Amino acid sequence: MASNSSGGGSSDRQRIARQRLSRIAGHLQRPADGSSAIVAAECKAHGSQADVPGEEKTVPRRRQEIMKWNGWGYSDSRFFFNKKGQAEFTGRRYRLSGLIIPGLKDWFESTFGASLQHKTPATPILNSSAVQPPTLNEAFVEELKSTGIPLSHDAEDRVFRAHGHCLHEIFALREGKFGRVPDMVVWPNCHNDVVKIVELACKHNVCLIPYGGGTSVSSALECPPEETRSIVSLDTSQMNRILWIDEKNLTAHVEAGIVGQDLERLLNESGYCTGHEPDSMEFSSLGGWVATRASGMKKNVYGNIEDLVVHVKMVTPQGVIEKSCQGPRMSTGPDVHHFIMGSEGTLGVVTEVTMKIRPMPEYQKYGSVVFPNFEQGVACLREVARQRCAPASIRLMDNEQFKFGHALKPQVSSIFTSFLDGLKKFYITKFKGFDPNRLCVATLLFEGDREKVLQHEKQVYDIAAKFGGLAAGEDNGQRGYMLTFVIAYLRDLGMDYYVIGESFETSVPWDRVLDICRNVKARIIRECKDKGVQFSPLSTCRVTQTYDAGACVYFYFAFNYRGLSDPVHVYEQVEHAAREEILANGGSLSHHHGVGKLRKEWMRDTVSKVGMGMLKSVKDYVDPNNIFGNRNLL
Amino acid sequence: MASEAVYTHRDPMLKKRDDFEDILEERRNSSDLRYALRCYIPVLYKELTPCKASELKSMVLQSDQLRYVINQLQQAIHEHPVVLLPSHRSYMDFLLMSYILYTYDLALPVIAAGMDFMAMKFVGEMLRMSGAFFIRRSFGGDKLYWAVFSEYVKTMLKNGFAPVEFFLEGTRSRTCKSLTPKLGLLNIVMDPFLKGEVFDVSLVPVSISYERILEEALYARELLGVPKPKESTSGLFKARKVLSEDYGSIHVYFGQPVSVRSLAQNRVDRCQFNLIPRHIPRKPGEDIHSFVNDSAYRLVRAQEENMVLKPWVLLASLLLQNHHQMQVAEQKQGMALDELTEQAVWLRDLSRQYGAFLHWPDHVSPSEAVSSSLSLHRGLVRISEGRVQLALEQAGGQTRPGEPCSAVTPEEELLNQAVIILSCASYRNQALHIFLRPALLASAIHTASSSNKQEVYNSFSFLRNMFSNEFILCPGATVQDFEEACYLLVKTGVLQINQQEFVVTERGHRTLGFLTRMLDPFLQGYQVVCRFLCEDATEGLTEKQFVPAVRKFIIRHILTGRLRYTEVLSSDLQKNSLAALLRLGAVQKLKGGEEQGTLKVNKVMVNSLEDTLGGKLPTQKAVVARL
Repeated sequence: MASNSSGGGSSDRQRIARQRLSRIAGHLQRPADGSSAIVAAECKAHGSQADVPGEEKTVPRRRQEIMKWNGWGYSDSRFFFNKKGQAEFTGRRYRLSGLIIPGLKDWFESTFGASLQHKTPATPILNSSAVQPPTLNEAFVEELKSTGIPLSHDAEDRVFRAHGHCLHEIFALREGKFGRVPDMVVWPNCHNDVVKIVELACKHNVCLIPYGGGTSVSSALECPPEETRSIVSLDTSQMNRILWIDEKNLTAHVEAGIVGQDLERLLNESGYCTGHEPDSMEFSSLGGWVATRASGMKKNVYGNIEDLVVHVKMVTPQGVIEKSCQGPRMSTGPDVHHFIMGSEGTLGVVTEVTMKIRPMPEYQKYGSVVFPNFEQGVACLREVARQRCAPASIRLMDNEQFKFGHALKPQVSSIFTSFLDGLKKFYITKFKGFDPNRLCVATLLFEGDREKVLQHEKQVYDIAAKFGGLAAGEDNGQRGYMLTFVIAYLRDLGMDYYVIGESFETSVPWDRVLDICRNVKARIIRECKDKGVQFSPLSTCRVTQTYDAGACVYFYFAFNYRGLSDPVHVYEQVEHAAREEILANGGSLSHHHGVGKLRKEWMRDTVSKVGMGMLKSVKDYVDPNNIFGNRNLL
Repeated sequence: MASEAVYTHRDPMLKKRDDFEDILEERRNSSDLRYALRCYIPVLYKELTPCKASELKSMVLQSDQLRYVINQLQQAIHEHPVVLLPSHRSYMDFLLMSYILYTYDLALPVIAAGMDFMAMKFVGEMLRMSGAFFIRRSFGGDKLYWAVFSEYVKTMLKNGFAPVEFFLEGTRSRTCKSLTPKLGLLNIVMDPFLKGEVFDVSLVPVSISYERILEEALYARELLGVPKPKESTSGLFKARKVLSEDYGSIHVYFGQPVSVRSLAQNRVDRCQFNLIPRHIPRKPGEDIHSFVNDSAYRLVRAQEENMVLKPWVLLASLLLQNHHQMQVAEQKQGMALDELTEQAVWLRDLSRQYGAFLHWPDHVSPSEAVSSSLSLHRGLVRISEGRVQLALEQAGGQTRPGEPCSAVTPEEELLNQAVIILSCASYRNQALHIFLRPALLASAIHTASSSNKQEVYNSFSFLRNMFSNEFILCPGATVQDFEEACYLLVKTGVLQINQQEFVVTERGHRTLGFLTRMLDPFLQGYQVVCRFLCEDATEGLTEKQFVPAVRKFIIRHILTGRLRYTEVLSSDLQKNSLAALLRLGAVQKLKGGEEQGTLKVNKVMVNSLEDTLGGKLPTQKAVVARL
């Protein structure tokens, strides 16, 4: 996991050494009552920002320094086809970085009917003059300036905070088109800053849109075009400190703007982890997880965000909401945390979160199992869930995705490895008689102490064997997980060559898993055909999470749009149809992406009219003037 | 032996009839034995691999097969589970379907057949071996039976072992009119789609039209009250001699497959199945019921539209009308052959304008077409002195050749004549769906108190409602039907619409007259049934006693000359009219206790319905206002 590591070399070692020292110092200076190890508590003075060791944090105020403005992730990491027509991944951040991926071109061309001759390059530079000039609320700006909280109305800063990563959002950026963007960006440094900002916003009737990592795929960050007030993007990225770690209760109190990779890395330095690893963890923030009810890959061991959160502080127009204690469970009426979790920025800003932490696992092991077909694979996952012995992560990819993963194999260095690969392939397809066009693969990740992991591994492989599964090695497993980190980069590559696509997810009871997978995939193919898509689309799915009563299913869908006049519209129609199909087959509106504005139209049917009324009345009480006016959810 | 033609829908733009292919041509020149012994190589149905290793060889051949036998049915079979829905006019239907699929190396269907077929020795076994399974005609609340049965059908569909075949009409239509569809099996085959267990189900309406039906006289007798003989093999063998007669040709038309998914689009909220485990049976809700019902009507309509009509069908209509007109005028019976030919040509052109799928041989002169049709049905018509008439006198003589005619009571003579009339009517009925809507409009114009469009619409709507058990009239489509009828009559220059007034054109009278006469037997029939219920029905009349009692009443009316339509004796019409009255609430069926099945007649209402049918009372304002 965590295939991303920043920097490297000697500075890293020095830094780690320094941290270890400070930790020892911290232990030595522990207060007499010894209840907690306080790392930092006070709000940083605004003048003294130089004190913060900037190189430790991933996300700077000016995101443009390290990140793409019209694509996914770091500026230095991208796929491209080199002169020989081989795919390469640039940069030094990932395991795949700097490697050549020989199989990708053929897979890409044969799957999509795309050709390297037909390019659709993106607008290279962000043209600031094309961005609407900001509508500023002068009185608000004046008062805000007096507080010293950093702010900006630079066009680049604003454009960066005007979108998530939905296809239509990125597609527009690549064409150099900007819709309504926030008029101003503010960077609070701590909880109190947020309180001040929200107070001022209420006073001057300014619309606030909280911004964390910007990885939304639900149109949640889009500025409502009908909004006439000045829109201020409240970027929490600078609230990124771990305020304290409580080793007795195994909790950590963290500012909500911290991104996943920083949180994990900082906790790891103290020997802990949260174990919350959504696929977007490099860039998504703790506050964002809480606001969207995020789910992590390893939820089987650590739980989803709602299981991890012990205490939340949120600033609303009515004031701050938080619980008075940190009891692990309470029977005090409906849990107010559940108004906060999944509120998608409509009620306030999450500023601080107390989270469960765990000691870092002693041992990690990847694994994979090949099944003769998807049906057998699902049956196996169901059995694993029934016996409640799911490893930290277990995912089942369908045949198309298996082939996709295969195409991403980096060039092998030795003849011996390629010989071994050939042998494996021969064994599975010829000796065991698996049909290469039907077989599918489950990837596994085990965590814990070494002995238990090995024991657990055996148990899972035994179950798999009952369903015709064959163990297929660690390497396949690891590559499967790598795919989730690079898939978003791959989309950018596709968009250079007329291919657009996206993923979406749902959760569904066990008995409907196979039906929903088949029907949604078929619906996508049929809709593409009906909407005039000239090439057959990629329509694939995987089962990514298992629960007692069901599973989470993830769909990938992409197609070559050559010959279409309005590809984004076609794309949206197909996605809409696919969502209808999901709902008609007993799937949920969303397992962890959230509703945003993209899936709002189905909310009423999803939670019933009364449910909608409940949510609305909460909104009406907490935020009667719609200060948090991103218009998500309701 | 009958010749037979098959057509598969390739290109709707092609003229349908040019595309029938004589599938027996080759076989006429080769031995039957060789055909029977030929290697049956079905195209792989779905991905089901053949279980025997010996079949491996044939798999190689299949790829060749696939290349040249590509048509829509095959495509449909490969993509989604397929349900074949043939029309049901004869025993032959089962065998024909399997025969055709066999000929084209398509997977043989499993056929839901009535339980009574199983009782037939050998044939029952043969049907079973050709994939039939037998179901009780009614389940009578036997939940286990229903569960097992529906699970069987669903498993067939879900796993795609074979196409499923059943008859939407439920039973053979004795009158050659399409029967109102039965929903039970359709519900079952739609269920896997609605619950998301399959992506889609293709429904293929198949129209099988016979130039001459094997069971023609049998049906007529049955309708007249001679009970249906138990299906038995010896019966079939005895009937063998009929095989030596010429039965003309049989047309089999595979309609465009209808996707259940597209039918359900925006009609059914499939989310309703999300909250209860799918294996727990639930009574379908109101919306599902009406969806299935509408779909069923659509499919039966599709069957009707693709039925091939032979010239004889038009001749039968004309001869019947002529017969009744002559009866009234007490003129010389029959029609001059020239006149018949002239009228037939006129009717041919009219029916084509109304979209009939008419198989009129264009390469021969009309008179030849007419005479060859007449000779094929020489049991029903007689030609003497250049005049054509129904073979009514013969009818009596034929059944009792030895006895003198005087020994026959008038009642028996009437019944014998009725056999001929009903047989003829069954051919006329094949063309009814072409003329039905215009005929309803024509009758509405005839009975309405004024020619005001709204007035006529009310009358149309009343008649349509009254006859919705008799004919295939899609529920809730009154306005569409009315507009279609108006369009057709205006298009053919029969009507003009001036300022919401209907004006009948000079040359329109002939068409209108033909159309009203087409519907008149039914109008009269329903009135007689009403009269019976008002005048003659005894207290405590049960549903069972209804048909015999009303038959007696009608015989009396015919013999005394108060009613001229012998075909009203058809028990089908009598049952349909009772069903309509029950539906309208004019008659109630008591349930439970000793009075089980007793009919309670609301005489005032029945009386007013009768008067409205006869045009003596104006129709009440129709509910549908949008015009």
